[in-house]
Amino acid sequence: MSTITYREAVRQGIRDALVRDERVFVMGEDIGHYGGCYAVTLGMLEEFGAQRIRDTPLSESAFVGAGIGAALGGMRPIVEIMTVNFSLLALDQIMNNAATLLYMSGGQFNVPLVIRMATGAGRQVAAQHSHSLEGWYAHIPGLRILAPATVEDARGMLWPALNDPDPVLIFEHAMLYNVEGELSDDPVPVDISTAAIRRAGSDVTIIAYGGTVRTALAAAEQLASEGISAEVIDLRCLRPLDTPTIFASVARTHRALVVDEGWRSGGLSAEVSARITEEAFYDLDAPVARVCGAEVPMPYAKHLEDEAIPQVQDVIAAVRQMVA
Amino acid sequence: MTDAVSSPGSVVAATDVDAHMIHLLREMMRIRRFEERCVELYSRTAIRGFLHLAIGEEACAVGVMEALTPDDAVVATYREHGHALARGLSMRATMAELEGKVEGCSRGRGGSMHLFDASTRFYGGNAIVAGGLPLAVGLALADHLQGRRRVTACFFGDGAVAEGEFHESMNLASLWHLPVLFCCENNLYAMGTALKFTESETDLSLKASSYRIPSWEVDGMDVLAVEGAARQAAEAVRGGGGPHFLEMRTYRFRAHSMYDPDRYRDKGEVEGWKEHDPIPALAAQLSERGAIADGDLERMESEIDDEVQDAVTFADAGTFEPIEDLERFVTSEHSSGATP
Amino acid sequence: MGDFTMPSLGADMESGKVTHWLVKPGDEVKRGDIVAVVQTEKSEIEVEIFEDGTVEELVVAEGSQVPVGAVLAHIATRGPAKAPGERRSVPPVAREPATGHEVRAASRHVQGATSHGPLVESPIVRHLAERLGVSLESLSGSGLGGVVTRADVERAANTSAARAGQLGSRRPASSPFARRLAGELGVDLAQVTGTGPGGSVIERDVRRAGLTAASEVRGTPEATSHDRQRAMQRAVGALMARSKREVPHYYLRETIDLSTSAAWLEQANLERPVEDRLVMAALLFSATARAVKRVPEVNGFYVDGSFVPSASVHLGIAISQRSGGLIAPAIHDADQLGLTELMRQMKELVIRAREGILRSSEMSDPTITVTNLGDRGVESVLGVIYPPQVALVGFGRESEQPWAANGVVDVRRCVVATLSGDHRVSDGIRGARFLREIDRLLQEPEKL
Repeated sequence: MSTITYREAVRQGIRDALVRDERVFVMGEDIGHYGGCYAVTLGMLEEFGAQRIRDTPLSESAFVGAGIGAALGGMRPIVEIMTVNFSLLALDQIMNNAATLLYMSGGQFNVPLVIRMATGAGRQVAAQHSHSLEGWYAHIPGLRILAPATVEDARGMLWPALNDPDPVLIFEHAMLYNVEGELSDDPVPVDISTAAIRRAGSDVTIIAYGGTVRTALAAAEQLASEGISAEVIDLRCLRPLDTPTIFASVARTHRALVVDEGWRSGGLSAEVSARITEEAFYDLDAPVARVCGAEVPMPYAKHLEDEAIPQVQDVIAAVRQMVA
Repeated sequence: MTDAVSSPGSVVAATDVDAHMIHLLREMMRIRRFEERCVELYSRTAIRGFLHLAIGEEACAVGVMEALTPDDAVVATYREHGHALARGLSMRATMAELEGKVEGCSRGRGGSMHLFDASTRFYGGNAIVAGGLPLAVGLALADHLQGRRRVTACFFGDGAVAEGEFHESMNLASLWHLPVLFCCENNLYAMGTALKFTESETDLSLKASSYRIPSWEVDGMDVLAVEGAARQAAEAVRGGGGPHFLEMRTYRFRAHSMYDPDRYRDKGEVEGWKEHDPIPALAAQLSERGAIADGDLERMESEIDDEVQDAVTFADAGTFEPIEDLERFVTSEHSSGATP
Repeated sequence: MGDFTMPSLGADMESGKVTHWLVKPGDEVKRGDIVAVVQTEKSEIEVEIFEDGTVEELVVAEGSQVPVGAVLAHIATRGPAKAPGERRSVPPVAREPATGHEVRAASRHVQGATSHGPLVESPIVRHLAERLGVSLESLSGSGLGGVVTRADVERAANTSAARAGQLGSRRPASSPFARRLAGELGVDLAQVTGTGPGGSVIERDVRRAGLTAASEVRGTPEATSHDRQRAMQRAVGALMARSKREVPHYYLRETIDLSTSAAWLEQANLERPVEDRLVMAALLFSATARAVKRVPEVNGFYVDGSFVPSASVHLGIAISQRSGGLIAPAIHDADQLGLTELMRQMKELVIRAREGILRSSEMSDPTITVTNLGDRGVESVLGVIYPPQVALVGFGRESEQPWAANGVVDVRRCVVATLSGDHRVSDGIRGARFLREIDRLLQEPEKL
């Protein structure tokens, strides 16, 4: 076991893939000479060369589309879009090509593409650099959406994602890169379809993903000292959702709270809530609650930004209300 | 730079040349008759949605395809029936697709704008203008990384030149020296707006050369000229010369699509271009060479009509994909039909 | 398929507004049924349909103003046969006008006013009564000729909501889980004080009011055994009333020759240690549980308008309590147990039931219940089904009866087995098959 950062875990995952499969290559802005905006690919250009570690111009649409084309052509590209905010420039390629080609062609053309993006807020980088759009992408049939929240998943999800014949989008919360965790030196393979119960409990189910898993766990810890036993689910895969795990938990606790940094209106929290209502209604002793990002473009000033993002205290307050 | 090639190759036997020209004529005629039949089918609602016809532009698809091998890749637009047929998709599969039948090349999933065929490396069929260019860059990138000497031919219209994706793709292809043959069919109108109203610089090959991509202008109404230019360009691309750009000057005789009342073009202009119809032009050349006799053309037409009719009959008799299969092929694991 | 269109209800009528739909998709309608209430400029008018069929789709929503002739609903026209157990509809038509009776309340539609026989309340009154959970039979009508009017219904609904066992739409706010739990435990929600948000009833409130002592009674110190007992009686009463009100019971009885079983039992008990000895009830229960395989329609739940058969047979055993109440906890998978194990579980269950320590799954899980009043001394018992179950089997007292077989009369040990069945799910034929199967199994006791 070693203690490593999330960033290092991601790097290990990429490196591991590059070594194991010569079809894998990485493409994105500043990943080579700069070493990666978040330093994830630091050192890789030197190790793997410019053919496989490709700096791209600031052309999201072209290099994401090129990733799609390369995947069609038999490669296994890892396209890094610097942040989800810039992915908007590539939405046409992602939605109209990557997600759609297999279906439109009647099953002829698979797109085994992996796109990694940093996501989320918390560093005072203001409205155009702080989006959480996982819920948007989870709306699109044809895509698999992953949100690794632990170092184990940061390292482990990439390989099965690359081996998926269909496009996979991996969202790495920017605030997690520096977070440390324990990782086995002999990494255990992880799946990319199930949710994980990060903490067992009996009074309420807190459902979180990506950056909010830590928030949920911290809240659960505090709540425990108040005698409230919270179960924390890390969704891990946002599309398709592992609803059996969610429903089984709600059947035990009878209360559900979703913690989502994205906006509540029409977001992922709304989807999770709807599914619980549809299929676990008779297990609910209270309405499904949500703690979400405030419905504002992310402000710059720290106190406002903090207010706009789900905090541990918000989760605790919500749970207290539910079990009162 | 204007093109200079008017007849292909060096010295070959006259009959070979004739045979080849007859082949080109046939290919163009197949497309023409197919497209004309589509008009009729659309009117009787056997074909629905959007229908974009290539009537008048046949020489572009036919000429360029001659320069490609079966191993090369083709990316096209929503006006791609001609490209599909010239590439080798059967009329049956194409017509069935237009009628939404499961026997269609895309199982009825795509319709007119999304013809796909893996066996001929025909990657659509893209409905977003310029949406196919990054795909073509990627396909070429895969070939480059795997050391394969293949060409990816990417067709698009003059309208695509305004899109960001055009510029990004040209830049990237050039920067990475990728084997893409960019084939621009400049028919002077992006849907309903003339080029002069949308482009500050209407010389399209000039734009290409600003990315350091060698470019040709070709008379898109002369199939032999197109073929000649395409062969030269493809050879250069295949040989590691990086991307090349062909601007084919052509014209569509009908409106943008079946819904278009074509108010933005002067009737005189249309008639004028019709005088440059690539099909009678080639037929006249063949006639002058004495390569075809009077009855030959009729015979060819009759055969083609039969082929088109056969395709229509096949499509009409086709079946619709069962509704239970609606969710198949959203992702691969659901091709067994399991619910997500 | 026919279309039900906005009728012209007057020479100068150009459009009308549908204020109430009295049918919904799936309902069967007969020619002459009132299916909607339409508002014209002059008044609200009940509108009838002129064909038989099934409502497929309501095209126009309540509150919509549409022109005369506009399609209001799609009706699939078909033959006349009615499915059993459907909601009440207009009684058979008496074609000659009934003199002196006002057949419809207040407003009549202008077209073809046909009279429909003896005194009935109008569909909208029936609809309202159903929605408000008011029993029409209990009302006296203030309308013309004694017919029940809308005002009568609304008045009745406004009086105490504690009409015995009313689990209709006037119950207090409660969480879905609380409601489900209440149903399983037989708790009358109307009697439960809610401590959830806004005074809503939540799980802990139901458990507190419930029957099982295994679920902790949190909070209220005054939940004495006396209170619990009273609460339980009320709950059972509510459940029985609801059962009688909602479930169309049918009854069958069969006298079963127990001689073979009795003989086998005597022999088997000789070979068993005392603590493992079997009683006849064990055989009866085992046979009942196993007979389910033959007729699955007696085993499961009727929920939300349809029958959900259960793959397992959790046999509810009606057990009387010292306080005088009756509960029916389940022996799980009773059809899979051998007689020894079944006997053991029975004994243990009775002990725990009488001491009030049952598990909630035992209370909530029975898929069919059996009541054995044998030692109480009556011949047969025709019981009330415990909803949402769909059958109740009863066994009376074992007795010696004359028995004619093979042309000879002798005396055999017999028991009367009865079946109370939910006619929405099973019928006489299936019920009979079930009882005969129990009989058959009891003739081969060594196989139980």
